[in-house]
This record gives sequence, structure tokens and C-alpha cells, in this order.
Amino acid sequence: MAEYKRSTMIADAPSGYCPGCLHSLATRLISDVLEELGQGDNSLNVISVGCSALNILYWNGDFLSVAHGRAPAAATGIKRTNPERLVFAYQGDGDLCAIGLAEIISAANRGENFTVIFANNQTYGMTGGQMAPTTLIGQKSTTTVYGRDPQTTGYPMKMCELIAALEAPAYVARFALNSPKGVREARAGIKKAFQAQLDGRGFTFVELLTNCPTNWHMSPLQTLDYMNMNTIPYFKPGVYKDKTE
Amino acid sequence: MVQINEALCKGCGYCVKFCPKQILQIGKTRNRRGHFYPEMTHESACITCAVCAMMCPEGAIEVSKGGDDA
Amino acid sequence: MSEKRFMKGNEAIAEAAVRAGCRFFAGYPITPQNEIPEYLSWRLPEVGGAFVQGESEIASVNMVYGAAAMGTRSMTSSSGPGISLKAEGISYLAAAMIPALIVNISRGGPGLGSIQPAQSDYLQATKALGHGGFHAMVFAPNSAQEAADLVYNAWDYAERDRNPVLVLMDGCLGNIMEEVELPPMKKLTDEDLPEWSLTRRNGRDYQGNITPIYTEPILEGINTMAGEMYKLWEEEDVKFETYELDDAEYVVVAYGIASRVAKEAIMELRKEGYKVGMIRPITLFPFPKKIIHDLDYSRVKGIIDIEMTIPAQMRDDIELQVAERCPVYEYGRSGGCLLDDEGVYDAIKEIVTGGAN
Repeated sequence: MAEYKRSTMIADAPSGYCPGCLHSLATRLISDVLEELGQGDNSLNVISVGCSALNILYWNGDFLSVAHGRAPAAATGIKRTNPERLVFAYQGDGDLCAIGLAEIISAANRGENFTVIFANNQTYGMTGGQMAPTTLIGQKSTTTVYGRDPQTTGYPMKMCELIAALEAPAYVARFALNSPKGVREARAGIKKAFQAQLDGRGFTFVELLTNCPTNWHMSPLQTLDYMNMNTIPYFKPGVYKDKTE
Repeated sequence: MVQINEALCKGCGYCVKFCPKQILQIGKTRNRRGHFYPEMTHESACITCAVCAMMCPEGAIEVSKGGDDA
Repeated sequence: MSEKRFMKGNEAIAEAAVRAGCRFFAGYPITPQNEIPEYLSWRLPEVGGAFVQGESEIASVNMVYGAAAMGTRSMTSSSGPGISLKAEGISYLAAAMIPALIVNISRGGPGLGSIQPAQSDYLQATKALGHGGFHAMVFAPNSAQEAADLVYNAWDYAERDRNPVLVLMDGCLGNIMEEVELPPMKKLTDEDLPEWSLTRRNGRDYQGNITPIYTEPILEGINTMAGEMYKLWEEEDVKFETYELDDAEYVVVAYGIASRVAKEAIMELRKEGYKVGMIRPITLFPFPKKIIHDLDYSRVKGIIDIEMTIPAQMRDDIELQVAERCPVYEYGRSGGCLLDDEGVYDAIKEIVTGGAN
């Protein structure tokens, strides 16, 4: 027997996301964990640019909306001047590992005491489905119409592996949101990251593998299978670093 | 007890897919935004595991203990 | 309680900022402004503030965006090439209505330019500090003392307007050492935090949010309000200084370091009987339009725009006010080559004796 009640951190209204978009599931998980930790009022959501920004439409907590890719920089300014607040940035793959690569790596390397939640759906959803740094080899996008070719575009970028290689980060983990098991683990991971931040452990990073039914041109249910067959074998879920104990 | 807030539903079908008892199905009625939302076929078979709620992107499903067999 | 110190213009800016209540700085090294981050790296922690050496100018201005959104008086500094990188963040500050101080200790340009001083960023500062059509108030001190004074008050304007403020000063003034009378330390408490700041949810029962994203009609409204604010600046906040203007037949317009060199030349020329005066804009935006517009053009025979950049950038603003009532001349050095007393003297003399075209 289990219970579930919708968190008051999100407004009693539909999200701005497309049907079956796991961005909305990720947002819901964050809201659940904040409520469970009693940190709703103390939290500050640093909202980035891209579909990740759509949670602005129904987020009930405090937020600061920032420029594309710069959330870890803005969060640095926030946390350095207001260390008591629970600060997290919610970023997509274009935001985090293309335009904002310097900001995320540098914030991680400084061990800034905030949490970055990274939604990796392998596409630029907001702008209509262009190739992202995380687009899989062979995956089609509006700028790789025959599928991503590593000869000209390189390989999908593995952010957890990159960040875990740095000395400072306290917790680095990747979860897939396409199954109840993955969602359960993701929720525990987000909670662990937030708790680590509250304990002053330093930089925490949670990557969530998500989907984009609209730009992958699939039904929501098809995206879940696609993730099992393609995304998860390449972006392997797991805890890449844990210095929280 | 499973409560489906049909107004929030976008009809993705995740709850139907992951219900271990397979007692949810997408219904034939649309909500105000035009989405077909799920309905429960055998409420008495529900084990209130809340997997449907956990997988719902929109938070449109709430699960509470209680109901007839509580 | 004021105190006198012998310090570089850059250091005067840094110390005045601390005394104005600045408690957050982020920046990236670039010559000729390095004394500002260096000074604040040890000074801010002394007063409970935070210093971050950012990974880039882009990151730094966004760190300021975050800190300033929390109501903390925050600043960044750079020079031309770095200000270009900060353009994105400054535009976002204006959009999200977050007050902050940006300091540009300018050098030769364009591109990497030279690390030597120049006044090549006037147009960037006054016309397009970033995309999207906004303005910041631009202060142009001509001494370490004035730099300290303007920085000390900069956040009062920034917070009043909820808009970034720019101090534009060239690398000469940043690096020469002068006596500076420092203002007293402002003691800001939580009570002084602006009510829009995101500092604390506790004690506030409503959602705090700051965003540069608006729906179209609201954005249009914000653009309109900004336009009205700029007009108000023109009415109330214009600052300038005049020198020997009353009987002047030739009027030099110069700001920053150029105004100091020009003043020396004017003193010499006055000794020789030439009626030359000067208008020195202290705010470059709002530009001192009225004083130039209202000159007695039955007496004034020419306006001489002297800037340490070629071509002169302030000239368009001057010409709009002169409205062809007298000729406008320009003289300058550029690329990091400095204006000197002799060059400026010769240039003005050539104009007033009718040798220049």
C-alpha cells in the first residue's frame, strides 16, 4: 500500500509540457522531494532556457529565471550570498552541455554547494528538434536529417562521467525516468542531492534521462521503449560519485 | 483509493502501461483540453501501489489508503 | 568619517564599492582593470562579502545577476573585450530589472585592441550595451576621486531604477595614483533589502520570482516604462561640469581623461587670449543635451569634440544639439596612443586660428 498526494510546490494546473513529456515528471519529482524535506519555502529554483524553462508556468516556489546556459553561474551568485537557501538549477541538454558547458564544469569544479538537475532528452525541444550534444549516433533531428554522424558532429556527451572526473563534486548520478524503478531511484537520488546540499557537502549533480515525444516523432509510450533500446545502453544509469556519506 | 484528476490529464497512457494489475484503460471521453483520460476498470482489484501516480508526469493521479477494502 | 588615501583609480572604485555596501563581485581578469578584482578578492571577505573569479566574463556577469537578484549590492568589472561578452548578461539584468554595477576600464579597440588606455567604448556604453534596446545610466569620472564618489552612489541609482549602472573610465584613470578622500562605510541591514529581492521566503507568504521573460503585451509595457524612465533621467540626473564657458567662442566637449588633457590646453590658450571653454559630460547617458543645445551660438564659433579614440564617437550626440548652428570639429588619438598636452593644444589652436577645416 502506498499513498501519493500532489505536492503544493506545483500549481493545480496542467504543466506547459507536451503529453508524455518527462520534463513534467522530473518537475513533479523535484516538487515531491522538496515537500518531503520541508524545504519548499526555502528552495530557490534557478530556471534555465529551453523546454526546461516551461516549469516557470506552474512552479509555486521562488524562482529566478536566467540566461541560456548560465544557471550554474547565477546559482553561484545566489548561494555565495545566501548560503542558507536550498538552491537548485534545472537545465536541459542544450542549455547545460552546449552553450553552458563552461558554467556547469566550472561550478562543479569549484564545488559550489548547490544542486543541478539535468534533464537529458537528446534534443532541442523548444526550438523544434535540432541536434543536441547528447543526440545519439544515428538519431534524426532537424539539423541531422539522416541521423547524427559522428564524423562531423562527434559523439553524445556524457556529462555524469565528465563531472565525476572532477575532484570537488559530492554526488553525481544518472537515472532514467522511463520506468517505475528508474523514477523511484531518481526520486531517492534527488533527495540525496538536496540533503547533501543542506549538509554543506558541495556540488551535487543529478542527470535524468528524459524523452521528447514531439520531436522524436513518437507516441509517449514509444519513447519509453526507444529509451530502453537506445538511450539507456549509451547513457548508463548509476551513481558515478558519492562523497555524501 | 485512486483519484484521477481528469482536467490535468494529457492522455500519455503511462499509468495504463505500468499498472501491475492492468486495471486502468484510456477511456472514450475527452477532457476540456481534448485529451482522453484513463479510467479504472476493476477498482476492487487495485492494490494502491501508487505506481500510476508515480509515473504520471502531470501529477494528475492521487492515491490514498482506505476505500472499501481498507 | 572620511579618510584620505593615495590610490589607483581602480582601487578607489573597489574601495568605494565596498563602502557603498557592495558585498558580491565576480569578474574575469583583463588589463587594464585587474586591480579591481585583485583588491576585492581580499577586501570583500573582510566585510562578510563574497568574491568569485569567474570562468569567463559571461559567467561573471551571470553570477552578479544571481547575487543581485537576492538584493545583495553586486558588481562586475572588465574592459572592452570583456564588456562585449557581458553584453548578454547586462541585457538580462535590464530585462529582469535587477540593479547592479558594471565597470568598464576601457582600452584600445576594436577586437582585442590594445591593453593601453582608450575611450573607444562610448557608443557601446551609451547606445547598445546589449541587445534588445535598453539603456543603462553611464557615469564617466575624470579622476580617482570622482570615480570613488560616483561608484559610492551608483547603487542608489541602480536600485531606484531597478536597472544596471555603468561606470566608463579609461585605463589611464584606472591606473594613475591620486589622493582620494574615501566616503564612510554604509551600514546596510536586512531592512535595506529591496522588497522585490529573493533573499528570504521566511516572513514572506507569497512567491518570489524574478524573470526576464514576459508575455508580449507586458514586455511592450516594460519597454514603454523604460522609455519614460530614460526621459526622466534626462530631466533629473544629467551631470556635467563646465570650465571657462561664459565667454567661450570655442567650446571643447570632452569626458574622462580627455577632459583633463583638454583643460591643460585651454589654460594655456586662455593665457594667450583665446576664448576657449569646455563642457565635460559626467553622465554620458543621459547625455548633457541641454547645455550644448542652449549655448549662445551668436558667440560660439565652433565646438571641438576631443576624445581618445578615432573617429570621435560622441560627435553625433553633440551635432544633434548644435543643429548646424556652428561647425563641429574633432580631435583624438586612438588605439592606445595617448592624448598629450601638446597635441591637444596644437589641435585646438589650429581650429581657433582658422587653420582647421
